[in-house]
Amino acid sequence: MANNKLRKVDIIFTPYSAAPYEILRLTMQKEKNAVIDEIIESGLRGRGGAGFPTGYKWRFMANQPGDEKYVICNADEGEPGTFKDRKLLVEVPRKVISGMAIAAYATNSNKGFIYLRGEYNYLIPALEKELLIFHEYAEKFGLDFQIEIFSGAGAYVCGEETALIESMEGKRGEPRNKPPFPIQEGFMGKPTLVNNVETFASATMICRVGAETYKSYGTDDQHGSKLFSISGDSPKEGVHELELGMKISDFVEEFGDGDTKAVQIGGVAGFCIPRKNFETAIIGEGNTTGGATMIFNSTRSMYNVLHNYLEFFAEESCGQCTPCRIGTQQLLKGIEAVKKGEKPESYLNDLIKLSRTMKITSKCGLGQSVTNSFVSIVENFREEMIY
Amino acid sequence: MSKLISLKIDGQQVEVEEGTTILEAARKINVNIPTLCHHEDLCVAGNCRVCVVEVNGRERLEASCCTPAPEGMEIWTNTAKVRNARSEIVSLLVSEHNTQCTTCYRNTNCELQDLAAEYNVDGNRYLSVLKPGLKVDTSSWSIEKDDSKCIRCQRCVRTCRELQHVNALTAACKGQDMKISTFLDLPFNEVVCTNCGQCVNRCPTGALTERRYFNQVWEAIGDPKKHVVMNTAPSVRVALGEMLGYEIGTRVTGKMVTAMRKMGVDSVLDTDFTADLTIIEEGNELLQRLKKVLVEKDSSVKLPMITSCSPGWVKFIEHMFPNHLGHLSTCKSPQQMFGTLSKTYYAEQKGIDPKDIVSIAIMPCAAKKYEANRPEMSDSGYRDIDAGLTTREFGLMIKQAGLDFKNLPDTEFDSIMGESTGAAVIFGATGGVMEAALRTAYAVVTGRPVPFENLNITAVRGTDGIREASIKVEGCLPEWNFLEGATLNVAVAHGLKNARIIMDEIAAGTSKYHFIEVMACPGGCIGGGGQPIPTNAEIRAKRTQAIYEEDMGKPIRMSHENPEIVKIYEEYLQEPLGHKSHKLLHTHYTPRNRY
Repeated sequence: MANNKLRKVDIIFTPYSAAPYEILRLTMQKEKNAVIDEIIESGLRGRGGAGFPTGYKWRFMANQPGDEKYVICNADEGEPGTFKDRKLLVEVPRKVISGMAIAAYATNSNKGFIYLRGEYNYLIPALEKELLIFHEYAEKFGLDFQIEIFSGAGAYVCGEETALIESMEGKRGEPRNKPPFPIQEGFMGKPTLVNNVETFASATMICRVGAETYKSYGTDDQHGSKLFSISGDSPKEGVHELELGMKISDFVEEFGDGDTKAVQIGGVAGFCIPRKNFETAIIGEGNTTGGATMIFNSTRSMYNVLHNYLEFFAEESCGQCTPCRIGTQQLLKGIEAVKKGEKPESYLNDLIKLSRTMKITSKCGLGQSVTNSFVSIVENFREEMIY
Repeated sequence: MSKLISLKIDGQQVEVEEGTTILEAARKINVNIPTLCHHEDLCVAGNCRVCVVEVNGRERLEASCCTPAPEGMEIWTNTAKVRNARSEIVSLLVSEHNTQCTTCYRNTNCELQDLAAEYNVDGNRYLSVLKPGLKVDTSSWSIEKDDSKCIRCQRCVRTCRELQHVNALTAACKGQDMKISTFLDLPFNEVVCTNCGQCVNRCPTGALTERRYFNQVWEAIGDPKKHVVMNTAPSVRVALGEMLGYEIGTRVTGKMVTAMRKMGVDSVLDTDFTADLTIIEEGNELLQRLKKVLVEKDSSVKLPMITSCSPGWVKFIEHMFPNHLGHLSTCKSPQQMFGTLSKTYYAEQKGIDPKDIVSIAIMPCAAKKYEANRPEMSDSGYRDIDAGLTTREFGLMIKQAGLDFKNLPDTEFDSIMGESTGAAVIFGATGGVMEAALRTAYAVVTGRPVPFENLNITAVRGTDGIREASIKVEGCLPEWNFLEGATLNVAVAHGLKNARIIMDEIAAGTSKYHFIEVMACPGGCIGGGGQPIPTNAEIRAKRTQAIYEEDMGKPIRMSHENPEIVKIYEEYLQEPLGHKSHKLLHTHYTPRNRY
């Protein structure tokens, strides 16, 4: 069920004037289990894009034995078209850090890392300064939790949590086989909770406003609000916090330039929605999103758009598994060959079939998700692929 | 033991321990799932995705090599969805591959070729994404690397890292540019590589091969002015058969000798002869070192002494522990002793000008090629060994010669330098050099054979990475009185991972051993980098068993009783560690760096 209309909300960025880390202090007065219950109750899902229910992840983590447990904030924001995590780290780093600390408190973890993408290194001095304040308060509150910043080196695949952990261990950033999941064996083989920047910030605000209030936003399937990084042919580019469950038509009406042809939801790993589906498609329903939303108007060639995506994938695949490494190259070369007339247009069907094989056989989310944009663009804009 | 779980594979119930992979569970009930990146000697990778299977209720296919068998679930290994996915994955690999199979050294022994045939993949299904202009790296004397044949399974990377602790190879770059690279992408001869060839043994395709020299050998054989002598290492005779249609672990010594003769080799000799000689020289070196340390308190002499027969190991210690080269026995390897003697002693005895002698070694080894080319290996005044071939190259030569190998008669090695003992034969298996040395050293010191049934020192045999034994020396002959009552601690290590453990102890000053045998390759020479492909624990065990059978079948089983050995000391060398020995049979080592 969609909402009646698009609603802008202001939860995540709303200022709170209380003393530093007041939400953390108040949250720490609650039972650990009650904190996790609250997060479960809120319906919060991972805001990086995969959409795993955050509270359940925390519960699994809390149940892991061991006195060395890690909390990692995934700030490797690499999905093309997303820039909301940067805004959070610039404007409300305290909410992000509070979220990490709340997670650490609730799951008995004692060490935290912010995995910051290499391009965001300029944020380090400000973050370090905030961490000094945090550590001071953590000590005051009796919370044994230290946070360090780890600077990534710029590979897209390192946003995948196990590749991220590999890279932190000084290895090549390649996804691991799962199971074991990071919650079981993560950084240095210890239980590790990895959440997105926005997930932590949202968790902080849930602790502040309460699960019930948070849950009053959104739909039955998608609760709360979400940050959207809006780019492309839009007069209102930027980060916007919106209630989940809006129809694309409402979204386009608000953010489009009046000539919107297609909307790419969830970055290049997401889906491309053509105009004919604007009325029926609902953002976030059946397709969780990290919030990267690109708007294309009728002047754009969808062939060029797809070509650009595929070039990106062919370069950013880690290269270890066959379907992703070679499949991305085949899709790229394949649409080029069809466009040039070197392959018949029916070859597009072979490529769609290949992309579906990539979805079910690739090792990690990168290769598995290429099919989303590929199929949705090729099927909906087939004539643009050929002529 | 962990908990048992049960599941169904293709409708068949199977019980396995929790944590068992789907692949292992399937193999247990003889359900064959194809693999490429998987190798039982190595950790799981899950890269190639050829082994995918369907798990009921999951949309995604699971890579069976890295997915734990799920309790109570139904697995399907042969559905349309699975077959289609595998076929597409193999097609993708083919599209990235240099498919000039007819001219590939691994033609008919290639795992990608087998799978492509099995799935009857259409080579034109996808466009070629093979990078143009890839060059074969032929810089190394031992190993060739052809990236156009590489399927990025990373078996070589895992071999070099896990089994050998050398890390000469690694995955580099990402996406379409991802490749297997050496350090800084330098040529193979400039990086830290021990030339062990274990990567070659595990490469599923022709991306990594040994550098081949058999054409030069044919040329020499065909040259009437040249006198070609060939020597074969002990482990060749128990593995060569695999290339020629025999069961694994079949001994083909007699036929092998006949084949060489029929190929036109002038003199068919045995590396085992110089293996026996190594035992005499090395055994005496050990006793001398013990005397210098225990009696003369000479602190410049290093204990433990470590064997030096394995050229991969020698290069490893030169790179990794250059400050501890004093522990290596100064004895040349049997191959190099043979080479020197073939152009001195043999030439003299036969009245042949050494410049006309071409000395060829047939070895289970890739590193022997490098060893033969070491600049210092020319004590005869000539290149001591002119070419080192692998068992694989030799098998190919037999095929090229058109010989009906299975129907060849068995014949004996030529003389001189063709006689050997069981002690020399067991050089081919890990622990063999140690056992051979103990058989002789004990007899020299006490005048009695080693106190083990049938001379079989089983404590140093086996497959554990490091094995140790202690032998109490009692009833010494007067000359060796200083050893009376002493306990000799010995150790055996195979695989360079284990060699590193041994060396770390030595470097830390905590080693309790007097004598250590190290072989670079897992299993020793029977698992060498020049042996027939594939390799796994079962194959190595069968070859090892054949080696010990060959030993038991020999009338003489102690090196010092080899009549040709007795004769060479009488006629030529005079005494172990004597002047001539030092000139011809001993060598020195080169400290190298980690770049």
